[in-house]
Amino acid sequence: MDKLQEYEPVKKVSIIISKGSLDGIYPGLIMANGARMEGIDANLFFTFFGMEAIIDKKMDHIKVATVGNPAMHMPTMVGAIPGISAFATHMMSKEMEKLDIPPVREFIEMVHDAGCKIYACKASVDMFHLKKEDFCKQVDDILTVGDFYGISAGANIIFT
Amino acid sequence: MTNAIATIEILGKSMGVDADGNLVNMGDWNEEIAREIARIEGIENLTEKHWAVINYMRRIFAETGDAPSIRKLTKESGVDTKELYALFPKGPAKKAARIAGLPKPKGCI
Repeated sequence: MDKLQEYEPVKKVSIIISKGSLDGIYPGLIMANGARMEGIDANLFFTFFGMEAIIDKKMDHIKVATVGNPAMHMPTMVGAIPGISAFATHMMSKEMEKLDIPPVREFIEMVHDAGCKIYACKASVDMFHLKKEDFCKQVDDILTVGDFYGISAGANIIFT
Repeated sequence: MTNAIATIEILGKSMGVDADGNLVNMGDWNEEIAREIARIEGIENLTEKHWAVINYMRRIFAETGDAPSIRKLTKESGVDTKELYALFPKGPAKKAARIAGLPKPKGCI
């Protein structure tokens, strides 16, 4: 522990969430919330399919990827059977609830209330033809990459 | 209970603390000590809301051996997330636990 004191503590993080599966979204949310709990400033930046977590109509329907996910230890053909992804999602959500990890919408509300800023990526918003109204109300702004680096001054940038 | 790695003096009384600087002996804690730790942490006045959080954390710790998660705390203590961060700036769970005379919470949420 003594050695750690030689280093400057982390004061600010900017976390990018780029994947739209449950397992792609949660690690970034947990890290952002954990940062705020430690008194570390935090920004969340959602890009590409990661935006599913903040699109009002989609955020309650995030699924675990059962195909193309070797860690599921499930043959591709099985993973593709209708209902398998929903079942895996249900099982994982149950385990997370036991650990007091909230569903995506509640989690977004919680980190935002905790003072974490939430942003959507301008390039992705344009590509998917989205508007500010398509997002949940916790989204603070739609940012360009340049804006993102601007608000990330002094932060550690974490890509997930 | 963890062993003390150092001692600090609060209100003229010497007390053992762990590596995080939190009290190791729950018997050392009382409301006056809590007010003094809060003052050291930069919280001059413990309001009714602060006490709601502190007392709730102590109750859950006595029941489960760990401090509650922020989610559980905000659902059950009557203090919401925004208020909690305003009451205990710069790390609510950690700060509230220290003032409550408990070890740092073990959970990630």
